[in-house]
Amino acid sequence: MSPLTYILGIPLVAAVALLFVPPTQRVTVRALAVLATFITMVFAVKLFLQFHAGAAGFQFEQEWTWVRALDIRYHVGVDGINIGLILMGALVAFAAACVSWDIRDREKEFYILLLLMTGGILGAFASLDLFFFYCFHELALVPTFIMIGVWGRGENKNYATFQITLYLSLGALVSLIGLLMLYLQAGAQSFDLVAIAAHLKQHPLPVAAQRTIFPLLLFGFGILVSLWPFHSWAPLGYSAAPTATAMLHAGVIKKFGLYGLIRIALPLMPQGAQAWVSVLAWLCLGNILYCGLVAMRQGDLNRLLGNASVAHMGFVFLGIASLNLIGLTGAVVVMVAHGLLAALTFGLSGYLYQQTRTLELGALGGLLRPMPFFGAVLVMAMLAGCGVPGFGNFVGETLVFFGAWKPFPLPTILAAWGALIIGAVFMLRAIRTMMHGPLPPTWTGLLDVKSLWRKLPFAVLLAALLGLGCFPGLLTDKIQPSAQEILKNATETAPGIPALRSR
Amino acid sequence: MGLGISILLLGLWTPEDQKRNLGYAVILALGMILAGSFLLDGSRPLYAFGRMFVLDEFALFFKRFFMVAALIVLVLSMSSARQLAGGIAEYYAFVLFALAGMMFAASVNHFALLFVSLELITVTFYVLTGYRCHRVRSLEAGIKYLIMGGLSSAFLVYGMALVYGTSGVLGFDALRDQMAALGSSRVFLAGLILILVGIAFKIAVVPFQMWTPDVYQGSPTPTAAFLAVGSKAAGFAVLLRLLFFAVPEITLKWKLGWLAVSVLTILYGSLGAIPQRNLSRLMGYSSIAHAGFLMLGLATVSQAGVAAMLFYLGAYLFSVLAVFTVLSLVMEEADVQDVDALAALNRRSPLLAMTLAVAMASLAGVPLLAGFFGKFLVIKAVVSQFPASPYYAAAMVAAGLGILASMYFYFGVIQAAFWGKPIPETDNQTIALAPPVRCAIYVCLAGMVFFGLFPGWLMHWAEQAAGIFPWR
Repeated sequence: MSPLTYILGIPLVAAVALLFVPPTQRVTVRALAVLATFITMVFAVKLFLQFHAGAAGFQFEQEWTWVRALDIRYHVGVDGINIGLILMGALVAFAAACVSWDIRDREKEFYILLLLMTGGILGAFASLDLFFFYCFHELALVPTFIMIGVWGRGENKNYATFQITLYLSLGALVSLIGLLMLYLQAGAQSFDLVAIAAHLKQHPLPVAAQRTIFPLLLFGFGILVSLWPFHSWAPLGYSAAPTATAMLHAGVIKKFGLYGLIRIALPLMPQGAQAWVSVLAWLCLGNILYCGLVAMRQGDLNRLLGNASVAHMGFVFLGIASLNLIGLTGAVVVMVAHGLLAALTFGLSGYLYQQTRTLELGALGGLLRPMPFFGAVLVMAMLAGCGVPGFGNFVGETLVFFGAWKPFPLPTILAAWGALIIGAVFMLRAIRTMMHGPLPPTWTGLLDVKSLWRKLPFAVLLAALLGLGCFPGLLTDKIQPSAQEILKNATETAPGIPALRSR
Repeated sequence: MGLGISILLLGLWTPEDQKRNLGYAVILALGMILAGSFLLDGSRPLYAFGRMFVLDEFALFFKRFFMVAALIVLVLSMSSARQLAGGIAEYYAFVLFALAGMMFAASVNHFALLFVSLELITVTFYVLTGYRCHRVRSLEAGIKYLIMGGLSSAFLVYGMALVYGTSGVLGFDALRDQMAALGSSRVFLAGLILILVGIAFKIAVVPFQMWTPDVYQGSPTPTAAFLAVGSKAAGFAVLLRLLFFAVPEITLKWKLGWLAVSVLTILYGSLGAIPQRNLSRLMGYSSIAHAGFLMLGLATVSQAGVAAMLFYLGAYLFSVLAVFTVLSLVMEEADVQDVDALAALNRRSPLLAMTLAVAMASLAGVPLLAGFFGKFLVIKAVVSQFPASPYYAAAMVAAGLGILASMYFYFGVIQAAFWGKPIPETDNQTIALAPPVRCAIYVCLAGMVFFGLFPGWLMHWAEQAAGIFPWR
């Protein structure tokens, strides 16, 4: 069996096993969940190290026919695009399981859902079959809704639950229709991505079909990734979600739509992409500039982080829109880096909320004094968020700007302005109000992250973020050949159809 | 072939005993017949009663479907025996009579048998809906169903008279041979439309859906369950036979008509369900929406579409019966049907809460449950028709709207069950489950999960059943 099957199977098996643990044995429940995510993480790290950069095709593949009549196969495999995402997903899942110690109510159900989310999203990243790709994502998405509804916080959690459920279901539905149209138009009689790609190499899709299907995928996935103007669910949903859910959703699950665009939409519908990337390049400015400005005005830390996370998605969209090697590589690096960053910041804000019961920026201040470890990590995370060199985000964003400069100079200038100025303003202002200044007397009794066990999740995420920033080659060397392959597929088309113009 | 008759005999023999435990005997016998049905081979159609009755893959699919439904409904009625004051043994007998009607409906190959089977079902349901005759609501439901059912039967008979008058035949085989000559006869088409109106009442599609919520609300829960699953599926069995076997050319010609009906039905059902607070009413509207999705599969006029319908029905069976089982246990205790009565269900009975959540998720179409795969197949069949006509794309948009609306109300029920505020009337006592009911719940759960994880089997059967029609 492929190690990928273990990576996505262990959380799912653990979730089923948890069903049979009596809910009173709280330690067992927690230990089982943390252990399962830990083993998954170890497997993912091993997979990342064993991955052979530059080898053609997919590695660690496994195939098993599920429904013969429709040729739906359980088919998993990794290349340079998803290897980083799987590693990132496993790291975040482990961290999310570790920080969930503050959940006291219905713990068992919480961990079952958390493990389902983990297995689902790792499965979606590993799948090379359209049906499983979609199904695994839904498996991860549905627990999100339930977790926000049951363990969420704030007065408008019911509203947030319904909004996120309806919005994301709409996105999933639109992308499902797009995927089905792709399947039927391709005529390969198979849901297998490799088979479809091979078939399309011989018989490319008609340009008109590409131009209809591509926007369905673009906007369907776009809703899932909070593409402006379909982003309004995200800040509200994240501020109402329990810590672990926000970490996993903002960090990992949201990358699904981007991954789908890179894995499915770009290589299979190059002409469709051609026609729509300029729209995408301008829409992503909505994310970077508009949501950045909105983030500046937030008085609540989680809303600020939610808006910032929406803004960061804009860089990935810009990288995808550039349609060249540097930009696409940058987009994947941003996806991985932002996943770690979003999980780290939401994990920290969850810890803070657990201590103070408020995230109002106005009520906080001088927190570095009672909580040096917490404060230091948060400051570093926020610096990473405004793109300071040394963190993974800097690498990715720089690559995106280099890649996008040639095809879209004006959006790139505006995006760079958004990243450097707006991002810096809201992040630094949040640091100033929360961390420095006089300490209000109410907060003198705050406890820092004390034990090693509590520090571990933050340390893991921060280390990964720093490692990616200092040794980006570890990831980019793996991404590059695969991104090259995707772009080559996109340009190498059959005679009679104009090739992608080189940029 | 003798299946229907033996059921009938069973039904005749039952009322002689007067014990509640007779239910076990009935269930056992029915289970044996169900098992026996797998020995039958439907690959070559068998005929009976002068080609009125046909036994093929399609008929076998529906017969098994109805028997599973009847088994669960019988278990359900055993558990609510206290409420069925009119005598429980007669209730079993009526369920079996309706089942016999459905079994005949699955094998219809002649208008006379069509009428007989639908009447057998409808007349039995007049009694079943009004069974709790001391309750005004139940009586009201019975009378509403009586009037509506009588009206639809009148349409049916009138339509059949017109068809017979123009063609001179009542058999589906003979009718198909005459289609070339009859296709343009206005009187014949009018007759056909009247017949379709009659059937439309049974399957509750717009504009003949208005009785559904009222009747579901008023009838005893097992009856509502059987009405939602059995009666509706029987209507669809007859409809499919008629449209695709007897008059395939006209079916193809009226493609857009089916599409319009299905879109209106989906929208009516799912939008109407949103403000509902009464769970049985909500299930009534939801059943209208599902009839719309089934019609959407029909509107593609393709083998894939019909196979998708059959799969959808299979998934719908387990989900709806699971919901009604939970409802009958929770609601009949308290005798209220408000959504709020579900509050804190997960503390009172974790199993029931989980079943309800899984069933609602399956009805809403959450992946890896059977309901999702049914919706997936229907959507796939519709998307495959996109190149044929732009109206299919428009229908897809409407269906998408319906799916989103249904997410809203299904998740509203889950929300009420898991984190709703308990109302004082419902005591927080745990709900005791009798072993047979527990079994029924496990069967429903297993059906939803198994056919969601391994849809291959059911799909194979559905495709086999859909393969009997003369596809071009």
